[in-house]
Amino acid sequence: MNAPVELKERFHQVELEPKDYRDGVASFWCPGCGHNGVLTSLLRALSEIGVDPQNLVSISGIGCSSRLPYFVRSYKMHTLHGRAGPVATGAQLARPDLAVVVTGGDGDGFSIGGGHMPHMARKNVNMTYILMDNHVYGLTKGQASPTSQRVMKAATTPYGGLEEPLDPILYMLTYGATFVGQAFAGNVKLASQLIKEGMEHKGFAFINLLSHCPSFNEIDTAKTFKSSCEQLDVGHDVTDVSVAIQVVQQAKKDGRMPTGLLYKVQRPTLDERMAELVQRVGGHKDYDLRKVIDLARP
Amino acid sequence: MSLKQCEGSHAVAAAVALCRPEVICAYPISPQTHIVEGLGEMVKAGKLSPCEFINVESEFAAMSVAIGASAAGARAYTATASQGLLFMVEAVYNASGLGLPIVMTVANRAIGAPINIWNDHSDSMSQRDCGWIQLFAENNQEALDLHIQAFRLGEELSLPVMVCMDGFILTHAYERVDIPTQAQVDDYLPPFSPRQILDPSEPVSIGAMVGPEAFTEVRYLAHARQMQALELIPQHAARFRKIFGRDSGGLVRPYRCEDAETIVVALGSILGTIKDTIDEMRDEGYRIGALGIISFRPFPLAAVREVLQHANRVVILEKSLAVGIGGIVSTDVRMALSGFNLHGYTVIAGLGGRSITKSSLHKLFRQAEKDELEHLTFLDLDHNIVNRELERQKQKRRSGPIAENMLRDVVVIAARIS
Ligand SMILES: Cc1ncc(C[n+]2csc(CCOP(=O)(O)OP(=O)(O)O)c2C)c(N)n1
Ligand code: SF4
Ligand SMILES: [Mg+2]
Repeated sequence: MNAPVELKERFHQVELEPKDYRDGVASFWCPGCGHNGVLTSLLRALSEIGVDPQNLVSISGIGCSSRLPYFVRSYKMHTLHGRAGPVATGAQLARPDLAVVVTGGDGDGFSIGGGHMPHMARKNVNMTYILMDNHVYGLTKGQASPTSQRVMKAATTPYGGLEEPLDPILYMLTYGATFVGQAFAGNVKLASQLIKEGMEHKGFAFINLLSHCPSFNEIDTAKTFKSSCEQLDVGHDVTDVSVAIQVVQQAKKDGRMPTGLLYKVQRPTLDERMAELVQRVGGHKDYDLRKVIDLARP
Repeated sequence: MSLKQCEGSHAVAAAVALCRPEVICAYPISPQTHIVEGLGEMVKAGKLSPCEFINVESEFAAMSVAIGASAAGARAYTATASQGLLFMVEAVYNASGLGLPIVMTVANRAIGAPINIWNDHSDSMSQRDCGWIQLFAENNQEALDLHIQAFRLGEELSLPVMVCMDGFILTHAYERVDIPTQAQVDDYLPPFSPRQILDPSEPVSIGAMVGPEAFTEVRYLAHARQMQALELIPQHAARFRKIFGRDSGGLVRPYRCEDAETIVVALGSILGTIKDTIDEMRDEGYRIGALGIISFRPFPLAAVREVLQHANRVVILEKSLAVGIGGIVSTDVRMALSGFNLHGYTVIAGLGGRSITKSSLHKLFRQAEKDELEHLTFLDLDHNIVNRELERQKQKRRSGPIAENMLRDVVVIAARIS
């Protein structure tokens, strides 16, 4: 475990254009896929912050969305379906001097990986989690996901679903994330702004990007996402979680989706708390194992 | 007889539907998706009443829902592959330990890392000791038939059954299959009569903790029940033949083995290519045959010994790898042959979807005929790529991720060739 690192040092700032962050691998997303908007927004945010690609780690699970790291100049890990979060937690704790970004789908993050979400949030792991929420399983060719609308007809739900969709931002607010924002992936200006702020935020930043899947989701299109997104009021209080929850719930009732920065507070991060513990108890990463064993001797 | 040209996955979906399942649950993963989508469609269209189709959030949930449903007395079915099977493993052991006759299709696919969606047998082979019966289909007709037999067998023994079919090669291939009538299936498969059931009028608890005083005995019984399956599987295949008019299932399937000096042992769809190769070699005068293993668990030691004991050599062609020793099926075949003095060759082939061609098999079998094969062969292994990576590792401590390195090499070599 290395000591936590200040922002500037973490990003190791350089001057690069968004395109300089694009890895040479050709995109294999379908034409018109909303995930392209996420990529563009991320590249722009990286350029605005000026992260040195050498200091950037992008980690994903499995899904169309999880292919994003292929396209970004960074250290990258394409892990298991649903496991990007814990892998990123490990990487962040081992190297707090790097900027860690997770990208993944609604299925990856909230179906099979759903069990990890509360823990990354409550631990306040210092990383940015971008959910590329297209309300469907894209990669496996169109099954209902936990964010699918009930009326969506999909391969396993040809007459619509039985379950209510969940709202990722409501969950993350309740789980204790210290930064929560939402945008339409096609709104690169807002999406990149949120990513930038999320990466600069010290703690667990969760950004939900509504990203359409023209191949398998016929009801949540770029058009419907765009028209139901509603920018938060200028005076929105980002420091009160109950206000944020209320805003989301009210918007939901009105059939709208609030976009912008919903919530942002400071709380010690996991690596900070760990460093503090080491300080307090007097541990050291170069500990002498024999001394530890001696302590346990009768 | 109603012959229908359809995709393997749809043939299996039709078979499962004819078995009147009451709860179906699954999480999508290639190449299993078409099976459950087919069933989902039938359930939602009301063609499969009374049956519940449950979308779950993971394979772990799929198997757990199947466990709950089966314990409540419902005929339960699920399907998965690869990473999905591995993710549900804790529940897979739970299902067999509890003796719940769930039927599950495994659309066989490689396991990562490196991630690979194509066919081999690593997934179900990894579960060989989990206590489930494992049956391997050679073609789509057999895949269809084995599911019907699986419900019958599993419910009789109170054991779960995995029907393994090669991902893509069978699941996505269109073949003509005979889809039985409901009357035939009803005649063959009686309604589910559970050995244990959560019944409020006769309450039981399922899942008691057992200490050293009885744990071995419970496990022994699990083994004994698989031994019982060894007797039942041929009986069920015979009864199947009577009702459906065709041979399907059973323990093993010998092909031109009578006077064979060389016998090739394999599982699943590759048997087709092997048999074609054997026919051609027979025409040239080679005395060669094949032994298909349908029941991998329980492993039919006696039936395998019976066929192989008169041969001079056996070639075991496996689509999986026991890293650190070589073959998985080979170990079992060797157990069947203990006391016999035969040349035994293990061949690892078709990993991660690599094609197993007739020309490779011709070459391989001819080498075997001359006893020129190594004990362990990796069919069509590209030594060039392996050596490059080994060289890299020798040169540099931080040589990087192996898969990425090798991929780069393949691209470079391909570019040079074209
Ligand atoms: C353990 C496991 N189960 C199932 C799968 C198959 N699988 C791959 S991606 C995926 C869902 C993809 O949906 P999502 O995460 O929303 O990403 P999208 O493709 O929509 O961007 C599934 C079910 C898998 N890879 N591993
Ligand atoms: S299937 Fe959907 S999510 Fe996947 S690349 Fe195509 S449009 Fe995008
Ligand atoms: Mg999705």
